[in-house]
Amino acid sequence: MQAFLHQMLSGFATGGIYASIALALVMIYQTTHHVNFAQGEMATFSTYLAWQMIELGLPYWLAFLLTLLFAFILGAAIERIIVRPFYKAPVLSVVAVFIGLLLIINSLSGALFTYTIKPFASPFPSDAWYGSAYLSAHEVGMIFVTLVVLALVFAFFRYTPLGLAMRAVAENPVSSRLVGVRVGWMLALGWGLAGLIGAVAGTMTAPVVYLDPNMMFGVLLYGFAGALLGGIDNAWGAVLGGFIVGILQNLAGAYVVGTELMVTVALGIIVGILVIKPSGLFGRTIVTRV
Amino acid sequence: MSAILETRGLSAAYGPTQVLQSIDLAVEQGGIATLLGANGAGKTTTLRALCNMMVRLSGEVRFDGERIDGKATEDIVRRGIGHVPEGRGTFVSLSVEENLRLGAHTRRDKQVARDFERVYGYFPRLKERRNQQAGTLSGGEQQMLAISRALMLRPKLLLLDEPSFGLAPLVVQEIFHILRTINQQEGVSMLLVEQNANIALALAGRAYLLETGRIIMHGPSAVIGSDESVRRAYLGY
Repeated sequence: MQAFLHQMLSGFATGGIYASIALALVMIYQTTHHVNFAQGEMATFSTYLAWQMIELGLPYWLAFLLTLLFAFILGAAIERIIVRPFYKAPVLSVVAVFIGLLLIINSLSGALFTYTIKPFASPFPSDAWYGSAYLSAHEVGMIFVTLVVLALVFAFFRYTPLGLAMRAVAENPVSSRLVGVRVGWMLALGWGLAGLIGAVAGTMTAPVVYLDPNMMFGVLLYGFAGALLGGIDNAWGAVLGGFIVGILQNLAGAYVVGTELMVTVALGIIVGILVIKPSGLFGRTIVTRV
Repeated sequence: MSAILETRGLSAAYGPTQVLQSIDLAVEQGGIATLLGANGAGKTTTLRALCNMMVRLSGEVRFDGERIDGKATEDIVRRGIGHVPEGRGTFVSLSVEENLRLGAHTRRDKQVARDFERVYGYFPRLKERRNQQAGTLSGGEQQMLAISRALMLRPKLLLLDEPSFGLAPLVVQEIFHILRTINQQEGVSMLLVEQNANIALALAGRAYLLETGRIIMHGPSAVIGSDESVRRAYLGY
């Protein structure tokens, strides 16, 4: 029982990471109907910058905040410079652009910071959480940080004029223009926020999986599975889906398929959802009034 | 009186397909003009061209004395043109109040709260439903919401694309009555696109008749309305 609880809770902790990545994917999907395959690599690259700043002697939380700022700018810049010219391109060209972006950023991380696996500091104590058998202090901190970030993002969308404008753009870009919303900037802002959320996921997961250029590959896959499970057009659903995938993956790894086959759980979820209920658990089937 | 909106040789195309041919029209300051025509004549395209939206255009558009052709839609709107688009264009997943708040998106002044009360005054039903999702409103209520959202901009000019479309005659009367009130009390100029020529001619002071992308006749509404061929083709008597 204790082992089971432990697996559940640490699944919840990794689930937070998947939830963040799922949310980042959904934010970009909602506005442009693109799945950003480079989401994970952007997060990895940002995490490398955090590592570099910490190596240079900056305090952890300062480096963390600077990294978020950088990730935001990086995301917005990628949208404005690289993605924007392709909005009217066929979907396969867009997929090619995103895969290209994935490879470029991945190689850039490798070229700048080498492919050697690096340990990444956790800001939290390295021992168990107050002697708890269930969670390490880092896992507790990770849950706390991701939940705070998710709450802030939702508050931003719910309560600020800018968040409202971004929701409007996601629903109806033409009408948004007609009320004077600068749609282009909102898209860039969405990418920036997605980049920022990804960077939180990257810096929180790096102490667990260690820092290397391919660190986020698996995370992206699980995050994508979470987004699909919850419904790719529903932010709440995607976050919930991320947590569910985290828990399922941990339990399946411990009791069903073993750690080597854990990735198949994600793939199984992706295929299963697409076959059985493509709109996801909480997605809406689009019905229009005529 | 001077014109608040004036076009010269306005042409518009969707890709290679030319839809409007050299349109000249004007809306007087504080006046209401209507653009009549059959399906596919280019009425909606004209409104889109004025806002530089979804079409490729050439020619001249002047608003408030300044050229606005070639400007971005967002910037045109910010100058004070409220566009109530075809199919209403409400944000169906957002609440009524959020729709209105978006209408005031470009404004930074302190009068916004008062303007909520102003539009709720015109359309009390929206106030009752302010927390409801816009998609759950009836067609007439959605049209009221679309007009209210445009009013939240405090526009100098309203572009209205078939506000009577798909609505019961009583609702149409109500909406047109309120449009007249808005025009008279606030001096908002209007360009009204309609298929329902009767009601449009009753509201507007000036009418333009559009046929396959050209203006074939224009003049005071009373004159156009009494023209024999117009009556037969558009008014049905």
